[in-house]
Amino acid sequence: MAGKIIIDTERCKGCGLCVVVCPKAAITISNESNKNGYYPAQTDNEKCTGCTQCAIVCPDAAIVVLRDEKIVAVGTGHGKNSSLVKEKK
Amino acid sequence: MCGNEAMAEAAIIAGCDAYFGYPITPQNEVTGYMSWRMPEEGRVFVQSESELAAISMVFGAAATGKRAMTSSSSPGISLMQEGISYLAGAELPAVVVNVMRGGPGLGNIAPSQGDYFQATRGGGHGDYRTIVLAPASVQELADTMALAFDLADQYRTTVVVLADGVLGQMMEPVILEPKPRRELPTKDWALTGKKNRKQNIVRSLWLGDGVLEEHNYKLQEKYRRIEKNEVLCEQHLVDDADIVVVAYGIAARIVRSAVDMARSHGIKAGWIRPITLWPFPTEQIARAAEEFRIFLTVELSLGQMVDDVKLAVAGKAPVLFFGRPGGGIPTVDEVFEQIRQLSVHEKSPLGTG
Amino acid sequence: MMKTVFERTPSLKDCPTHYCPGCGHGIAHRLVVEVIDELGIAEETIGIAPVGCAVLAYDYLDVDMIEVAHGRAPAVATGMKRTNPDKIIYSYQGDGDLASIGAAEIVHAAHRGEHITVIFINNAIYGMTGGQMAPTTVLNQVTATCPAGRDAAEQGYPMQVSEMLAVLGGTIYIERTALSGPTNIRKAKKAITHAFELQIEDAPGLAMVEILSPCPTYWRMSPVKAMQWIENEMTKVFPLGRIKG
Repeated sequence: MAGKIIIDTERCKGCGLCVVVCPKAAITISNESNKNGYYPAQTDNEKCTGCTQCAIVCPDAAIVVLRDEKIVAVGTGHGKNSSLVKEKK
Repeated sequence: MCGNEAMAEAAIIAGCDAYFGYPITPQNEVTGYMSWRMPEEGRVFVQSESELAAISMVFGAAATGKRAMTSSSSPGISLMQEGISYLAGAELPAVVVNVMRGGPGLGNIAPSQGDYFQATRGGGHGDYRTIVLAPASVQELADTMALAFDLADQYRTTVVVLADGVLGQMMEPVILEPKPRRELPTKDWALTGKKNRKQNIVRSLWLGDGVLEEHNYKLQEKYRRIEKNEVLCEQHLVDDADIVVVAYGIAARIVRSAVDMARSHGIKAGWIRPITLWPFPTEQIARAAEEFRIFLTVELSLGQMVDDVKLAVAGKAPVLFFGRPGGGIPTVDEVFEQIRQLSVHEKSPLGTG
Repeated sequence: MMKTVFERTPSLKDCPTHYCPGCGHGIAHRLVVEVIDELGIAEETIGIAPVGCAVLAYDYLDVDMIEVAHGRAPAVATGMKRTNPDKIIYSYQGDGDLASIGAAEIVHAAHRGEHITVIFINNAIYGMTGGQMAPTTVLNQVTATCPAGRDAAEQGYPMQVSEMLAVLGGTIYIERTALSGPTNIRKAKKAITHAFELQIEDAPGLAMVEILSPCPTYWRMSPVKAMQWIENEMTKVFPLGRIKG
């Protein structure tokens, strides 16, 4: 797999946005609820390309996305990995 | 110098960093003066879109640790009550000047003292108090500003300076000079950007169970300290007086002349002039009530401070009232006549008639 | 070897939020602090939290923050920025805060051209108080205070705040974006970045980004359907794009 996501299932509120934005349909909703009573997202990482669409849409920042370092240089990450990061003068 | 301008200049000398205000008679001289004087000193002046906005601008500047003030008159101060409640809850220092005019509603532009309740009872929502200072001359208006900013910073509270249309407009000689500052705590709570420290939050919302209750006790403890340490009051010829007249601000000046007139007619009158309306000089008035005498409260209203005088006297002596509302100004003769009538034994509680 | 390409930005506190599943605030908050961290201004920034669902924003965003009276944020921002021109001041307000009770304050801050950044979250409803009509509620939308659906004759048309403020000389950048899907979210982030950059450069005026945001709970829709409703219905009334600047 080119990518992998780690979902914080206790933070996830089961909103389902990540499920519909994943271009590989790799995310589904679990049948087991978390401690808050939400049914969190779960993933099949075999299909993951590390595109970050799911993390971009997640309202709870519950997803961490990893990508094969040979492919990372496309520069679409966010936060400190963002291509928007400016060099501080 | 006129009272309004003296007050403005004194505020600048006292280190006011920012003035935000909206035009309203009879305090437009303050806004006008500040509009050119503040930029001259490199300080901030903004004519806000309303008094509602002005107090919010004060809230913002104060939250960053600056000395901020606004001024208005009765109807505008009504609009500021929301902001003052927030200032109290968030414990921010601020100075709010109210140059009182006739009310209620749009009222008129003549002087009045009808906002005593609003100022001393905390006109906004919630259990809070604001320090209220009541100067009675142009010099005192000026001197009050340094005290107001110091008190605000020392106690993280709003200080209301209660003037009126006469004080604001009258011309008297005044000496404007810097006053030494009290020792004041550092404003480590201020919002200055979280450099080398944790995030600071300025808030007044406390939803957690019991948290707001605790916060209110903390505020109360502060208000008790202010009551203990900051009362200001003046009195004259009270020790042998049969009739003690209690008045503040412009009314106190009328009373002073009326009491002098009474003394020259052989009537034993004296006066007590509260300078802090909150904290109220309860102890001084209670002490005066130890010996039997009559208290006459004179206000430019239908009677607001008289309630506090009654509380202080605690039933030990009669407390009577004379006043004129809606812009009416009692004359020295009118007040003297009230004192004279009280001294005449047949009509008065003093006598056996 | 796997490398992290997306994770929580430092100024986004690692804690659960009280927001409903699928609420747009979660995304918008994250975008704002991502931009703040990427531009390196977290230590100079002071944020203003509104009255509304986002009143507790200071529990989620690790910058100096202030909570202010409903609608007064632009006036508070004025007080803060005028006395601290070197700090970055932003307000984050909902449609009740900005377009209803705070209408005068935003108009005048924009009119005066205060050098601040305004993030306007438009979800066409009042969430915190139970789903009442907002100035931006669209025609025929059912809410707690227009149970028969918004009727122009009774309640007026939805307010197009961005277009309204663009008329004022003091506004220098106004863009309307949406949180419906990753593409629009990326565009929203670009707009937010620009709005903050303008303040860093001390550009002479007010910059505002309007963000169409979902409220699944009070729109009575699933989060996914709410995003679709933004795409299909809201953008008809509130067209996306750069309106000024």
